[in-house]
Amino acid sequence: MSDKPKVGFYWCASCGGCEESIVDLAEDILGVLDAVDIRLWPVAMDFKRSDVEAMADRELAVTFLNGAIRTSEQEEMARILRRKSGLLIAYGSCAHLGGIPGLANQFPREEILRFVYEQSPTTENTEKIRPLTSAEDQGRKTTLPKFFTMVRSLDQIVEVDYYLPGCPPTPKLLLNAVTAILKGELPPKGSVLAPDTALCDECPRRDSKPVDLQIPEFHRPHQVVIDPALCILSQGVVCMGPATRGGCEAACPAGNMPCTGCSGPTSGVADQGAKILSCLAASSSPKEEDEIRRVLEGIPDPVGTFYRYALPTSILRRKRMPAETPQAHQ
Amino acid sequence: MDRQQTSDSSGTWQPKIIAFFCNWCTYTAADLAGVSRMKHDSHFRIIRVMCSGRVDPQFVIDAFARGADGVLIGGCHPGDCHYMEGNYKALRRFHLLSRMLMSMGIEQDRFRLEWISASEGEKVRTVINDMVRRIRALGPLRLPAGLAELDGELKTREEEILHV
Repeated sequence: MSDKPKVGFYWCASCGGCEESIVDLAEDILGVLDAVDIRLWPVAMDFKRSDVEAMADRELAVTFLNGAIRTSEQEEMARILRRKSGLLIAYGSCAHLGGIPGLANQFPREEILRFVYEQSPTTENTEKIRPLTSAEDQGRKTTLPKFFTMVRSLDQIVEVDYYLPGCPPTPKLLLNAVTAILKGELPPKGSVLAPDTALCDECPRRDSKPVDLQIPEFHRPHQVVIDPALCILSQGVVCMGPATRGGCEAACPAGNMPCTGCSGPTSGVADQGAKILSCLAASSSPKEEDEIRRVLEGIPDPVGTFYRYALPTSILRRKRMPAETPQAHQ
Repeated sequence: MDRQQTSDSSGTWQPKIIAFFCNWCTYTAADLAGVSRMKHDSHFRIIRVMCSGRVDPQFVIDAFARGADGVLIGGCHPGDCHYMEGNYKALRRFHLLSRMLMSMGIEQDRFRLEWISASEGEKVRTVINDMVRRIRALGPLRLPAGLAELDGELKTREEEILHV
């Protein structure tokens, strides 16, 4: 056994992109492997839950956990890994903010299960069989995790030491974080390991952003040809830049696509969606009610656009579904 | 606000409405309603802001999330804003935020924007009474309690998830 710091990578409700981003370190990964000992990485190596349970408390110096928490198994693993890790890092948008899976917080759990197991076009399930958390067949008992009512970020389950933002985090942010951990030069606990400035600050189009933004019409990216030299917002395309933390070096605007907000808000903002809503409404130009209504219809899905990555950690967290809450007590 | 009463002495639910009134028009109108001894529903907490354009959508969402049943914004009539453009910004934010709140399950009648000039004390009373009536019809919003109930699922892992 080496005396190098032990590192874990784990995934919950995620797409696998965060795992790939670790490999995106390219040749830099060799330096990381020289310095640390990877003890847990289910996507690349075979590990069982019992192996993790057998570890001593805080045996892993640091665990990078990606993905949101949607099932009881994910909740349990998050709790176990919290106990076994010195530092627990929420890696990527889903662990940090709830991420794309968090958009499911707009729908009742029953509707999601009904669609997936009964109604989706590729499903044939005439007996309407649904998974059970436990079932017995020929004397053998099997179990499945519970599917929670809503999606949660990692810090809504356990205490998180640091956050690495992005969908996925850029190799540069990961390398900076690993270097800071190895050198013991970490910022205060609870920090997001990226600059605390808006994305616009590092956008290559920054100089073309008008001081007094006046948006006459909103367009979706597929409806217009975006001028690669001009501020995307000034072209009427919703760009989340003003309400989003930088650190990615404005990768999307640099690739001629608007920012979609994956790094979440800066520390001064509690609710990313409310903030960009405020900015866009204030910066559009109509003054008559009918005209305002018509122009703002150019943003057909405010929740999906403004909270694409941050719905579970927004102030409201989830769509209110009165059927699930007791009726008015009168 | 969490600590404040949500029901009267008989245990009946009473609506709680947060009102953001602009310093120059609507707050002055509410003051006028007061000195004129107009009676109106009392289920209001008024927060004075310098301009309706100062009302960050985060304030509105936060009020609902902390237990408000309704949020009212009062500002100067179009063209009368002390800061020229503030009420137009408020109006555009109101339209987009209303649509977003409805997508999040918060009914339109719970969120309202009214232009009330400094001389319209009577309008303050009419708007407040009408809003209380509409919110009584909708019943309590219960956002903090609803989320707290859902977080209860984190401790009850053993039970069966699905019933066929």
